[in-house]
Amino acid sequence: MIMKRSTHGLTLALFLVLAGLAIFAWKVRAFGFPVFPDETSVVWTVQAQISVDPGPGAMKVAMQLPTRTPGYALSDEHFISRGFGTAVDDDRWQRELTWSVRRAAKEQTLYYRGVFFENDQDVELAPRPKFPKPPELDEPYQTALGEIVEEVRDESADVVSFAAQVLVKLNAPAPEDNMALFLQGPLGLDKAHIAQMIMSAARIPVVMLNGVRLVEQARAAPLETWIAVHNGTGWTVFDPNSGNQGLPSDFLLWWVGDAPMVEPTGARLDDLRISIRRQSVSALNLATERARQAGSGVDEFSLLALPLDLQSVYEVLLLVPLGAFIIAFLRNVIGLRSFGTFMPVLIALAFRETQLVAGLVLFTVIVSVGLLIRFYLEKLRLLLVPRLSAVLIIVVLLMAAVSVLSQRLGVDAGLSVALFPMVIIAMVIERMSIVWEEHGPGNAILDGIGSLAIAAFAYLVMGIDLFAWWALVFPELMLVLLGLTIALGRYTGYRVTELIRFRELAK
Amino acid sequence: MKLFARPDQLRAAGVLSLNRRNAECIMRLNSRKAYPLVDDKVLCKKTLEARNMPVPGLIGVVARSGDAGRFARKLVGRDQFVIKPANGSGGDGILVITGRRKDKYLATDGRLWDEDELAHHLTNVISGLYSLGGQPDKAMLEELVAFDPVFDLIAFQGVPDIRVIVYRGVPVMAMVRLPTRASHGKANLHQGAVGAGICISTGLTTSAVVGNHQVREHVDTAASVVDFAVPQWEKIVEMAANCHDAVGLGYLGVDIVLDKNRGPLILELNARPGLNIQIANGAGLRPRLALVDASGAPGLPAAERALWARQNITPENPALA
Repeated sequence: MIMKRSTHGLTLALFLVLAGLAIFAWKVRAFGFPVFPDETSVVWTVQAQISVDPGPGAMKVAMQLPTRTPGYALSDEHFISRGFGTAVDDDRWQRELTWSVRRAAKEQTLYYRGVFFENDQDVELAPRPKFPKPPELDEPYQTALGEIVEEVRDESADVVSFAAQVLVKLNAPAPEDNMALFLQGPLGLDKAHIAQMIMSAARIPVVMLNGVRLVEQARAAPLETWIAVHNGTGWTVFDPNSGNQGLPSDFLLWWVGDAPMVEPTGARLDDLRISIRRQSVSALNLATERARQAGSGVDEFSLLALPLDLQSVYEVLLLVPLGAFIIAFLRNVIGLRSFGTFMPVLIALAFRETQLVAGLVLFTVIVSVGLLIRFYLEKLRLLLVPRLSAVLIIVVLLMAAVSVLSQRLGVDAGLSVALFPMVIIAMVIERMSIVWEEHGPGNAILDGIGSLAIAAFAYLVMGIDLFAWWALVFPELMLVLLGLTIALGRYTGYRVTELIRFRELAK
Repeated sequence: MKLFARPDQLRAAGVLSLNRRNAECIMRLNSRKAYPLVDDKVLCKKTLEARNMPVPGLIGVVARSGDAGRFARKLVGRDQFVIKPANGSGGDGILVITGRRKDKYLATDGRLWDEDELAHHLTNVISGLYSLGGQPDKAMLEELVAFDPVFDLIAFQGVPDIRVIVYRGVPVMAMVRLPTRASHGKANLHQGAVGAGICISTGLTTSAVVGNHQVREHVDTAASVVDFAVPQWEKIVEMAANCHDAVGLGYLGVDIVLDKNRGPLILELNARPGLNIQIANGAGLRPRLALVDASGAPGLPAAERALWARQNITPENPALA
């Protein structure tokens, strides 16, 4: 009607809302920041207990460490031993831990403990392999191997289907004669290594994937071996004992290759036991850990990185924007009136300490008594600023009196009156007395009740724990609030109170 | 009658909402630097006087608390005057003295004020009790308008005033505010005065409200408040249009009183005129604003704008039906 409406404000509002929501969604989806407080996540503590019987001289124990763990990430690990030096050979593909000691008495127990959490990440399992040399075996194995390879080649189209077909034959209920030779023969190979040997004969690279299943709880979890074949571009994983393709989701890959998990030098391995325990931890801590590992900076530039006492300050402060938004909404969309624009927000913050009913009672008592005294001061004809100061002093005295009285009476609620914003209350009393005289007691009381109603509403909304949580964990949601507030600033429609005020004009 | 109107009903009636008034009239058409010209009543009076526009006479200005006690000297020989905060809003802090009883001053509401009480009121005004942001203020002493008895039947004490909304220099809506017993003789709608809409084209009152309720008679005098012909209407419309040129505000409320000797006087200007005028007229502002926007009227000189308004802003205009 009057002007071509500028879309600038709304565009900005939309941008802020989308930006806030995008950051929010990213933090939730990428790092699992918990949307609700008290959410827990699951972690697994995996412990390897190694018993070794030392020889007479120096001893070393080498152990493969979990390095590339598809589906999981390491959050914490410890090496526990008495008197051993430890060194980690940090290779990009495989880490190896070495415990060493010059002289050891009796049997020694070494522990490795790692904490893992679920983490969807794409991990390359192993470096691009070289083509293996075909194995050279004695007869009749060499002939049998050649026949198996010929047969499978006829029945397959590429590397992956070749591997699948080898495993089908390997796991057949009644294996063919050639295969049975390997399975039952004196070579003593497991299915994984038979499969590897057959595929080596076809010059297909195969690596062993060794790991454990992350179960609820296990005191002696068995090590399992899976095989991965490389087709020139990527790895495909198979279960050698069933032929199934793909790593199961609960499989924690420990190490890749044929090396043993633990290899002692100058000592004898007595026992190796892997135990697993599932635990619940705070989802927030875990998400922060994920964010840290991803190098996103979310963990460093977070309110949660502040000292705890400052965090609790911000927990309250960050509710003020919410209160301000509520005020803007109640005033420009609903059309309520209040003394002082943001007075209800400050009162609402005070209500957090006093609780609602006690807060309303205390506020009413202090303002009423203050108003009575203010009417008396009117008769003294004081100048404005001294009169305001006098009202302020009276408000502070009243607050102290209420605290002392409630202490005597054993009413705890009265003590927290000290948190009321006294300057604001003094201004409310002053404004209210003016309205009282200029527009009558009815208007003054109505405006006073209006202010309290807004404060109570703001208190109830700000008191929702979820909002305090979001404010602290997802401060980016303030951008959403800012966007909505800007959009509200462009609202030119009717206020609800105008629907009443102009009702006689309705057509 | 229903408690609520639906938003679409108000839209159909062309009611201008507070939010839209703020966003699309005040913020767009009223430049902030022009505000002091109207917010400061002393400055406003001087600006209008400089253009030879009729205003109530200024007795004096009290700007310091220390002077409040000596104000009486300025009032020597006067028993009728008005005290106004120079930066007041909504009629707050205005004190109208109509006579003297011995050494006390008689206010419109019948209360007697001694000099001490008047001095206290002046210091309150000066310390900013009634000013727009609580800023220190000045107290303006103004001659009381010898108001035209033409309104005697439909006004209870006090001075009735005429409010004209001037949009981009074109008077678009008008009402007369008639004091009642409830409003203590003040022409202030939210204090209980009667608001009667005036047809821009004829100068006849069309409908009236008290608060938000439509009435046909004055609540105290029982005289009909509709079909009353406002005297010197053409001159009033032209004066309102002229005010736009004096202060440059695109959305302006002009308050005019009728003096029995001097005719229409401009009492004050308002940069944020309220919307109750729509209730008093039983009509929304938006169709009229749209009519002005669609016409070339804002580009005309003041007298021609006033003429355009009297010719076009009428119930007979199909665009406003």
